[in-house]
Amino acid sequence: MRYVDEFRDPDLITKASDEIRRLANPSRHYRIMEVCGGHTHAIYRFGLKDILPENIELIHGPGCPVCVLPMGRIDDGLAIAKAPNRIFTAFGDMMRVPGAHGSPLEDKARGTDVRIVYSPADALEIARKNPEKEVMFFAIGFETTAPSTALTLMSAMSQGIDNFSVFCNHVTIVPAIRAILDSPDMRLDGFIGPGHVSTVIGCRPNQWIASVEGKPVVTSGFEPLDLLQSIVMLLRQLDAGEAKVENQYKRVVPWEGNRAALKVMAEVFELRPYFEWRGLGFISQSALRIREKYAAWDAERRYSVPETRVADPKSAQCGEVLKGVLKPAQCKLFGKECTPEHPIGALMVSSEGSCAAFYNYEYRKSQLTSISAMA
Amino acid sequence: MCLAIPGRIVELISGPNEVGVVEVTGVRRKVQLGLLADDMPVVGDWVLIHVGFAMSKISERDAAEQMHLLSMLGETEQAMEEVRGYGLGERASDDIGHHEAPTRPN
Repeated sequence: MRYVDEFRDPDLITKASDEIRRLANPSRHYRIMEVCGGHTHAIYRFGLKDILPENIELIHGPGCPVCVLPMGRIDDGLAIAKAPNRIFTAFGDMMRVPGAHGSPLEDKARGTDVRIVYSPADALEIARKNPEKEVMFFAIGFETTAPSTALTLMSAMSQGIDNFSVFCNHVTIVPAIRAILDSPDMRLDGFIGPGHVSTVIGCRPNQWIASVEGKPVVTSGFEPLDLLQSIVMLLRQLDAGEAKVENQYKRVVPWEGNRAALKVMAEVFELRPYFEWRGLGFISQSALRIREKYAAWDAERRYSVPETRVADPKSAQCGEVLKGVLKPAQCKLFGKECTPEHPIGALMVSSEGSCAAFYNYEYRKSQLTSISAMA
Repeated sequence: MCLAIPGRIVELISGPNEVGVVEVTGVRRKVQLGLLADDMPVVGDWVLIHVGFAMSKISERDAAEQMHLLSMLGETEQAMEEVRGYGLGERASDDIGHHEAPTRPN
């Protein structure tokens, strides 16, 4: 296991790993999904796979907002921004993500005023400082970022900043989990619940996964020990035939979530009837749109949107990887046509996508090993 | 990415919005505090910051552990780039687009 010396409490790591081996029934194969892209990244970075018994398989979930954003939304956002006197603002992660007609960075090279912001509040500030321009913030993210966008829109209204709008791509995590669970080829035994999303929504929204679907959920922190302890908690439930929601990340996640954040989200957003997810297709009530009250700041109402549809290439098997039916390297395109440099499927788009994480941490290493073996 | 950045509140700024100054390993930037309206932090409190908004109050020990986690994940530089980037809108300079380090939505 990598970086083991840096870990806090190496004794506890050993204990947790021993406990996992004790609890894992050797005649059973466990498939556990970590929902959050941050967890996926941490699992690869820390090489946790190396210390888990072989019959515990971690399936990497849909919790990377950049990955699941349909390409057509990028094209739509950039089409709006092309008009004169407009400024397109987005987080840095979006800049290199390709739409069918190129990425925001490529459009910047073609003359669109594209700017990176680190906070939606800064996009609003750019609008305040540039009253002669129309500033659009390309909003993405799960419930961790949605409250910040909501509060920014409330500020735009209260300060009367009318040259600002939001192109809203916020999605909600629970319907995506539901879509995966509803799939006939789903094979999951339990979930490592998202960490920072849960600081906002709390643990309650996951309760149906336990009570209706009969799958245990443990909300987890991001450190190696957090993740191992969460796996212990899941195995204990599975061993006892239980399915409940537990919170391993109590030091940060309150059971009820952040009520102030939920309140501003409810003030500004409502559920869309449906939204497309790359790799998963259309999922009902899985995304947020801006309420009528804030229509003046909603880019989709304010501007004409081309509604570009870009179908996922049929050869990319992102959906199967998301559901745990295939491992990243089992997709026909993995490492050949589809690489982090030239992503074809959703999960290769961001470093938190399961294919990109696997490529960067496992595949490259194995390629290097085979090259050095040949030398 | 889901990872939040820990910071210590060093100043509360009065005005129409709830804004405070946080310090993250020596770098001071303004962050929005409105999402902690139910439990406003005071000077000296530690918070987890996400896209320029304080999301939750944490203990000093958890803040140190979160910083350690970022360093173990090799993300300290990215996190600091993000923190240094807060407030770019206030400066509204023409070269904003030249900062191309990724930040963390989600």
